Amino acid sequence: MALLEIRNLTVEFQTSQGAFRAVDGVDMTLDEGQILGVVGESGSGKSVTVLALMGLLPWTANVTADCLSFDGRDMLSLTIDQRRQLTGKDMAMIFQEPMTSLNPCFTVGFQIIETLRTHMGGTRREHWRRAIELLEQVGIPAPESRLGAFPHQLSGGMCQRVMIAMAISCKPRLLIADEPTTALDVTIQAQILDLLVDLQRAHGMALVLITHDMAVVAETAQRVTVMYAGQQVEERQVDRLFTEPRHPYTAALLAALPERSIGHRRLATIPGVVPGAGDRPRGCLFNPRCSIASDICRTVPPALTTDRGGRVRCHTPLNTEAEVLA
Amino acid sequence: MSTGPVIEAVDLTRHYRVRRGLFTGTATVRALDGCSFSLSQGKTLAVVGESGCGKSTLARLVTLIERPTAGQLLIDGKDVRAANAKTRREIRQAVQIVFQDPYGSLNPRKKVGSILEEPLTINTSLGAEEKRARAEEMMAKVGLRPEFYGRYPHMFSGGQRQRIAIARALMLQPRILVADEPVSALDVSIRAQVLNLLMDLQEEFKLAYLFISHDLSVVRHIADDVMVMYLGRPVEQGPGETIFAQPRHPYTQALLASTPAVDPSRRRRRVPLTGELPSPFDPPTGCAFHRRCAFATDLCARDRPLLRDMDGRQIACHHGEAIAAGTAPVRQAVPA
Repeated sequence: MALLEIRNLTVEFQTSQGAFRAVDGVDMTLDEGQILGVVGESGSGKSVTVLALMGLLPWTANVTADCLSFDGRDMLSLTIDQRRQLTGKDMAMIFQEPMTSLNPCFTVGFQIIETLRTHMGGTRREHWRRAIELLEQVGIPAPESRLGAFPHQLSGGMCQRVMIAMAISCKPRLLIADEPTTALDVTIQAQILDLLVDLQRAHGMALVLITHDMAVVAETAQRVTVMYAGQQVEERQVDRLFTEPRHPYTAALLAALPERSIGHRRLATIPGVVPGAGDRPRGCLFNPRCSIASDICRTVPPALTTDRGGRVRCHTPLNTEAEVLA
Repeated sequence: MSTGPVIEAVDLTRHYRVRRGLFTGTATVRALDGCSFSLSQGKTLAVVGESGCGKSTLARLVTLIERPTAGQLLIDGKDVRAANAKTRREIRQAVQIVFQDPYGSLNPRKKVGSILEEPLTINTSLGAEEKRARAEEMMAKVGLRPEFYGRYPHMFSGGQRQRIAIARALMLQPRILVADEPVSALDVSIRAQVLNLLMDLQEEFKLAYLFISHDLSVVRHIADDVMVMYLGRPVEQGPGETIFAQPRHPYTQALLASTPAVDPSRRRRRVPLTGELPSPFDPPTGCAFHRRCAFATDLCARDRPLLRDMDGRQIACHHGEAIAAGTAPVRQAVPA
């Protein structure tokens, strides 16, 4: 049985203009030791999906799913106490902004030990030793002296390392990293990604890596899910996704990368913007921006169908067998 | 109009004196410490580096928000340090800036129209109708619909806001546009639109761009010349094609290797780069990069390398030739 299984997850927010569907029928399956990349532009529902899984959404959110199970336990029917025992211990999360996710009023040592004290037994001395060990693991030099540091005394990269140390402190089986490197410099980004993958291998964790950077998933993940306006539009193995994308949105996103336009004066673009709450189009959500949209795309919403070892949500997928062979 | 460089900087320097605490006195931060370059009309100079390397300080000097501590800065042939208030006012009209965060750089209480007309109100004596005509013309140029004139910034997406910010910067027909990370807050599909817009506008108005970015894949696409900075000093500068084809400074190599690539064939071997940018309060002796560099020797810790010509670009490294030839010994990188 899969470690994480999500079937038909839907999240709606009550707004003054009526219900807004931020996540629409997301399916995900993840086994231990796997890395799943979730890519999409802002507003595509990537973060809301995992926040729903972690139970971190505000009360205005209405979460429904056919199945939302972690390690065989139904996450939707857990009591608050049961959920608290699970989150932070067996499933942990790293947030985007390391500087604002840590509490500025407490030392990083206190914050790491707080997690240990909540979830693991043991004495203070053991917690202290484990905290030092964790900081060493995430590559912070002179860990003993850093335990007493406040977040504002550390750089962004160091804060993100502290966040990672907190997340892995109880040896979670599922780690969710929500844009872990977006706020960091490239050299630090490379260090943090290497660190995450090393830790994932060493502990056999499952890792969900959320990002808007196609290149980051290409280098890190094994399987990729592409999201658009709350829906999954494509999911497949990472190399296949980048060599022969089936959904026009995936293809357009890849084409818009500067690295794919070397030698051309202009970059390929996707016209228009991601539809917001009030202007979701009829039919396929991508049809107003799609270069190959036909009448059926403007009227009938496509379903997510199984396709060549992955899944795609499109009436007329690209890279058909004939095109690939040609 | 002259055909010479629109910006010429020689050993441009900006130091800040900051208080480190209540009783500890002041310290000097060398935010920018000797930086020379020239930028011609219609060209793009990209400044690349991690946060804290002095990119934004450079932008503040070129836009005359701050005065240089030392060195020479000529904009349109006029010396900024020697200029009187009137000349500075003239220079300011020739240099405009687009900021990184389009959510923070537009006044939420002003409509798009008055945001665009404000530079004209302050700097020209045009009548209301003429100002409006100019604003609408500029909106069309950057791809904003005329009905946006009366709307507020909060009604727009990030990409559209950045178009408004670009339009505002171009209202006074500047010759130089400083773009401080103009696309890093935008989504991939919108980023390409804004970059194309910047390139179109450059062709149309023959603008010179000082393009500040940490995203090397964007820089590679847009830049004619590249200046890679580390802790306030350029470590490698020259034509973009030359540098991207064969980076010579170990820091440039590390930056390129750290940039993730979609295409497996474009990925480079990761150069071991440990540690972080050192504190500008306490810069290392010798080469500022030596504590993170895989090729550092005792010489690097002692003497600061000066910029010198090598392989069609300038580089500040003692071991440039040996690294290029692959004969430099790789040391075990020590944590900073």
